[in-house]
Amino acid sequence: MSGPGQRASAWEAQLTGFLTLFYKEFLRFWKVSFQTVAAPVLTALLYLLIFGHVLDEHVTVHGVRYTSFLIPGLVMMQVLQNAFANSSSSLIQAKITGSIVFVLLPPISYGAFFLAYVLAAMVRGLLVGVGVLLATVWFAELRVEAPLWILAFSLFGGALFGALGMIAGIWSEKFDQLAAFQNFLIMPLTMLSGVFYSIYTLPSFWQGLSHYNPVFYLIDGFRYGFFGVSDMAPQYSLAVVVACFAAVAALTLNLLKRGWKLRA
Amino acid sequence: MVAAVSIVDVVKHFGALQALAGVSLEIAEGEFFGLLGPNGAGKTTLISSLAGLVRPDSGMLKVLGHDVVRDFREARRSLGVVPQELVFDPFFNVRETLRIQSGYFGIRKNDDWIDEILENLDLTGKADVNMRRLSGGMKRRVLVAQALVHKPPVIVLDEPTAGVDVELRQGLWQFIRRLNGEGHTIILTTHYLEEAEALCNRIALMKQGRVVALDTTANLMAAHPGASLEEVFVRTLQQ
Ligand SMILES: Nc1ncnc2c1ncn2[C@@H]1O[C@H](COP(=O)(O)OP(=O)(O)OP(=O)(O)O)[C@@H](O)[C@H]1O
Ligand SMILES: [Mg+2]
Repeated sequence: MSGPGQRASAWEAQLTGFLTLFYKEFLRFWKVSFQTVAAPVLTALLYLLIFGHVLDEHVTVHGVRYTSFLIPGLVMMQVLQNAFANSSSSLIQAKITGSIVFVLLPPISYGAFFLAYVLAAMVRGLLVGVGVLLATVWFAELRVEAPLWILAFSLFGGALFGALGMIAGIWSEKFDQLAAFQNFLIMPLTMLSGVFYSIYTLPSFWQGLSHYNPVFYLIDGFRYGFFGVSDMAPQYSLAVVVACFAAVAALTLNLLKRGWKLRA
Repeated sequence: MVAAVSIVDVVKHFGALQALAGVSLEIAEGEFFGLLGPNGAGKTTLISSLAGLVRPDSGMLKVLGHDVVRDFREARRSLGVVPQELVFDPFFNVRETLRIQSGYFGIRKNDDWIDEILENLDLTGKADVNMRRLSGGMKRRVLVAQALVHKPPVIVLDEPTAGVDVELRQGLWQFIRRLNGEGHTIILTTHYLEEAEALCNRIALMKQGRVVALDTTANLMAAHPGASLEEVFVRTLQQ
């Protein structure tokens, strides 16, 4: 019979299990932070130097100079790509080496499992995002009109792509399958989302298509936090992003609950 | 008294292949139980079903009365599994590996027990060495250690001595025997039949997903006077 004392300690054990898994996922990228944090910051800086140099003189978007306009887009792009990379690479590596058994044997609930991987992915995404911001802010004027929007979009962006990374990592059986997921879904979604341009400069067909891309809303709303102007109202963008996250989270939790591709 | 392990009519297919064809077994608390059989007999599949790594098509498995699906937390807390495959996480050293594994089971401060396990598996000197740098036999010892961090009442060892040197094998069996003496139930698969003969009080022999013989080691040996367990094994499989 489980008395209240026992229930409390079972809950504590769950919490310890969750914190340990989160800590392990954090250490996994932090121990190689040169590749997992510093390298993406450098990549973003190179984008900024090259595109900024070529276009800054000629282009303004929403009355903002191009280099300034580009920075938030690059930050968000790296938040998303690194959150995705973290959970997906961790899971596929564990599956391929077989070390996934170490997290499948313990009594960790699928909800705690989900939270630990998504949270670690968010932390990596946000660390890279802050790194990109610190590295690029010297090259352009950057206002901060509405910091809470910046925070909200980066948190939900990291969570959405951390969860997508879990699905990709669980689904893939080989590294090439994960690479395909990354190259044919994640890259186009992030590149064709308005990182480098306002979608209102696009022909109307592509403009219309962009509205089906959740990353468009992430970047547009994130940018609103800096400049106070955007293509869509930020409330609307956040609602779209939260809805996407809820859908992807529900799917991931369902896959974990069924043990899809993790438990034979 | 509740059984340490209770398995009823477990069936598992992998595609067209029937890995388990209706296995039933009951293992009492405190037993040292041998699960033997040729390659592909279904031993690992049965163990994986018990550990929740494999989801059987039908049947029921319980660890200390806890259903491995419905009551998975209690079932997994009661079970320690040494996997057959030599797997490790290359990001961590031995002590980190064991602390993390303890945390997964909800145990925060476990260093006293971890030190004792390391001592018994002759790993103390390797505590701060990265997993990647260990030899195969040492990695195997860490796998054993990982299965024991939460002092599970039921311990399953899937070929724990494959690739392990003679000295450690002796040390390992001494340690496992001690745990058995303290009340832990042990389930062992091995292809070293002298080991099974010396250690196990009861043995199940599996073949093509079925249990084809199940008896105390003494009875199995008595049925074939003068024969070694290996000869008993071969004769039974030929029947
Ligand atoms: N994940 C899997 N997918 C497909 N087939 C599998 C899987 N796991 C096991 N099998 C098959 O199920 C059968 C039983 O395998 P199992 O690993 O349980 O045998 P075993 O008795 O442990 O053998 P060994 O002594 O070689 O370890 C084999 O035919 C094997 O090929
Ligand atoms: Mg096996």
